[in-house]
Amino acid sequence: MKNSFSRRSFLKTSALASGGMIIGFNLFNACKPDVKPSIDLSKLNYNDFNAFIKISPEGKVTLFSPNPEIGQGVKTSMPMIIAEELEVAWDDVYVVQAPLDTKNYTRQLAGGSQSIRHGWIALRQTGATAKQMLVNAAAAKWGVDASECKVSEGVITNTKGETLGYGDVVTEAAALEVPEEVTLKDPKDFKIIGKGKGNVDIDKITIGKPLFGIDYKEVGMLYASVLRPPAFGQVLESFDASKAKAMPGVVDVITIGEKARTILNEKPNWTVQLSKSNKVVVLGKTTWDAIKGKKAINAVWKEDSKLESTEYHDQVLMDLLNGNKFNTRRKDGNVKQAFAEADKVIERVYESPFLPHNTMEPMNFFADVTPEKVRLVGPVQTPEPAAKVVSEMLGRDLEDISVEMTRMGGGFGRRLYGDFVYEAAEISDKIGKPVKMISTREDDMTTGVYRPSTKYKIAASIKNGKLTGYHLKEAAINGNMYGLIPNFFPAGALENYQVDTANYKSNITTGAWRAPYTNFLASAEQSFFDELAEELGVDRVRLHMDLLDKVKQNPEPKIEYSPERLQGVLKLAVEKSNWGSAPEGIYQGLSVYYCHNTHVAEIANVAMENGIPVVKKVTCAIDCGILVNPLGAMNQAKGGVLDGIGHAMYSDFGFQNGVPKSNNFNTYQLIRMAQTPKVEVHFIESDIDPTGLGEPTLPPVGAAVANAIYKATGKRLTKQPYSLNMNVESSIIG
Amino acid sequence: MPTFTLKINKKKYVVEADADTPLLWVLRDHIELVGTKFGCGIGQCGACTVHTDGEASRSCLIQVSQAEDMEITTIEGLSENGDHPVQQAWKEIDVPQCGYCQAGQIMTASAFLNQNPSPSNEEIRSAMNGNICRCASYNSIEEAVKVASEKLS
Repeated sequence: MKNSFSRRSFLKTSALASGGMIIGFNLFNACKPDVKPSIDLSKLNYNDFNAFIKISPEGKVTLFSPNPEIGQGVKTSMPMIIAEELEVAWDDVYVVQAPLDTKNYTRQLAGGSQSIRHGWIALRQTGATAKQMLVNAAAAKWGVDASECKVSEGVITNTKGETLGYGDVVTEAAALEVPEEVTLKDPKDFKIIGKGKGNVDIDKITIGKPLFGIDYKEVGMLYASVLRPPAFGQVLESFDASKAKAMPGVVDVITIGEKARTILNEKPNWTVQLSKSNKVVVLGKTTWDAIKGKKAINAVWKEDSKLESTEYHDQVLMDLLNGNKFNTRRKDGNVKQAFAEADKVIERVYESPFLPHNTMEPMNFFADVTPEKVRLVGPVQTPEPAAKVVSEMLGRDLEDISVEMTRMGGGFGRRLYGDFVYEAAEISDKIGKPVKMISTREDDMTTGVYRPSTKYKIAASIKNGKLTGYHLKEAAINGNMYGLIPNFFPAGALENYQVDTANYKSNITTGAWRAPYTNFLASAEQSFFDELAEELGVDRVRLHMDLLDKVKQNPEPKIEYSPERLQGVLKLAVEKSNWGSAPEGIYQGLSVYYCHNTHVAEIANVAMENGIPVVKKVTCAIDCGILVNPLGAMNQAKGGVLDGIGHAMYSDFGFQNGVPKSNNFNTYQLIRMAQTPKVEVHFIESDIDPTGLGEPTLPPVGAAVANAIYKATGKRLTKQPYSLNMNVESSIIG
Repeated sequence: MPTFTLKINKKKYVVEADADTPLLWVLRDHIELVGTKFGCGIGQCGACTVHTDGEASRSCLIQVSQAEDMEITTIEGLSENGDHPVQQAWKEIDVPQCGYCQAGQIMTASAFLNQNPSPSNEEIRSAMNGNICRCASYNSIEEAVKVASEKLS
């Protein structure tokens, strides 16, 4: 395919002093459909780029991967896409995490399962352009037409059979004009894309090399442990540090918070997480010195705002669901009238708790604030906003600030928020020394940015054996469903359809958690449809297929899910799971869902063991377009399913007078191996551009499990975590 | 501060630390063997698993003063060239997602397979149950332990 779209706006090449060639490209601007490409090349400079490929005279290819790696696999899959079009051997590619340098890079982030979707064309164009320039250089050297040359694994061959490696022509290539048009490969000719490639960091991971933020160390660095308010709604009144200061490993005890508070007051609309309280910081020679010192601090806290409890949140959310303080987010037809005219109206309430992220690597960050510069190193999903806040907080030019991203021991949304970066920066600024702030698990779990507790009330009307109306109400803490979620299924399938949302502002910090809102909305909706199918006396699959047929007849731009693709994954899951003909003793539950641009159907198999429902297997069918890295995709898909089961079944979190009820893994349950079913994943074969997989397999699984448990036990589950609300002893094993 | 002599990965180290310092932090901060990871500090997650006299142990629960007579192996010392059958299996199956917990998983699996080289699936699931993987790469871990056991037997 010929492709000239916006290529000039995001690509630039230049020769390196060392003889190689470097190609800069702007991943984000190039592929955002709403950004008009600039056509004035002279206005472009390297400030516009956020990623680079370097080709050395030896022919080695280095790719500076722009997006932070949180376990979603982009450090492997994004370079694969470039290597494919560049026509190099995968083994010759070396991948390096690019740092954030506000002077040279822009818009680097990880979130929303969007890296592959946004990067797809841009990465291919980048590789193809570089390849074309190298071929053009070789053709000029030989005095032949570039179209007569072929390339394979970094070696260019002409019709006489003469060969030149990329390294042989890279110096000349760098001096050439960027070609006006490049040809992208036909997907059927892909050699790297679609072939499973292992994690690029696997050698380092399996021998324990330093990779993560918590592993980062500099000479003279101090370790900082931060004492934050034990309850949401409390602030520091006073503290006694005499015992801590007497400890041989404790270097100093300070307070921070003043600078952060100034920013919070000046910029109340900033969506950053900054506590109003001062915090006590113990600086130690080692992590243990700092942690031990913190335990010796005697602090007094005072109430600053309401100390909220789970019972209170439950009441507030139920009041909202039963009240009339809603924002209507989508309204088709007249739900009220449909309900009034119905033979029957079914209404259910679904409830979910707060959830901490619990990344395995607790929050931590390195900061070195000196009069000359501010160096920040560590795991953060959003380095650019972090640098901006630090610049404001410390009154420093943005140019003085650099952020280096380490590999992250998980994100799940937690590392979108830069609170730990600001703390590290404020500490280093105050003591004038390089410092590493490290949270303990208790700090991490009790001073988090939680998935907000959310409740849904769903009602549907039935007349003459048909579904006539659907009304979804959401009550959530602090925020509500965003973007196009109100236009997700069953929007478009029903004449009378309405989505209303309401929220309660709490002082508990909340934020994005893997697949925000849909992580529970899918459980609610797909459990509800199971009940509807039963009530209507129609097969669950048939009901869905028919509703999706109706969507096909009424296309509209706001409905971004594809009814055809949802039907496709549903059919595939049904076929692969033996839906409807499972062996005796196996109870199956189904769920089908679209989010983050990917279509997924899941079927859970549950068996009763010693009177307890146990999930034995999940069959998962996915349509994410072209599969870039099947190995990485499989990992994301399986991980998402098991993570989804774990949180739907076992994880519970709440508050008592502002204090989190759990603070470590002895009281908070994460799913463990003995609780995991086998996950079988099937991908739809597709030539449609790829979409992401970091999130989409998680939301549907809760309902697949709940629907299967219903068949096994006759009990409908509406409140998560299900294991605590099943009226059976427990499904927890081990 | 008192000093302690430790035997780690067949080398001797003398460290100066409070007697109650967990072995985990001695490894990470004093000796700079950072492959052993901090996850919970209370022996619940397994990220800090090392071998002490061949047994899988939680280094966050062992005080440095208790560790002097132990033969300690960390992920860095599991094999000369990163090619222990368990490490090989981890690469073949491409287990890691974020990768943070995997050193602990590998150390638990290698100690377990040393005692039980041909385990059943149920034995694997039970032996690995103490190690949390927040990315939930459990299917892959289970498969990799199986592959490693085939390499060992």
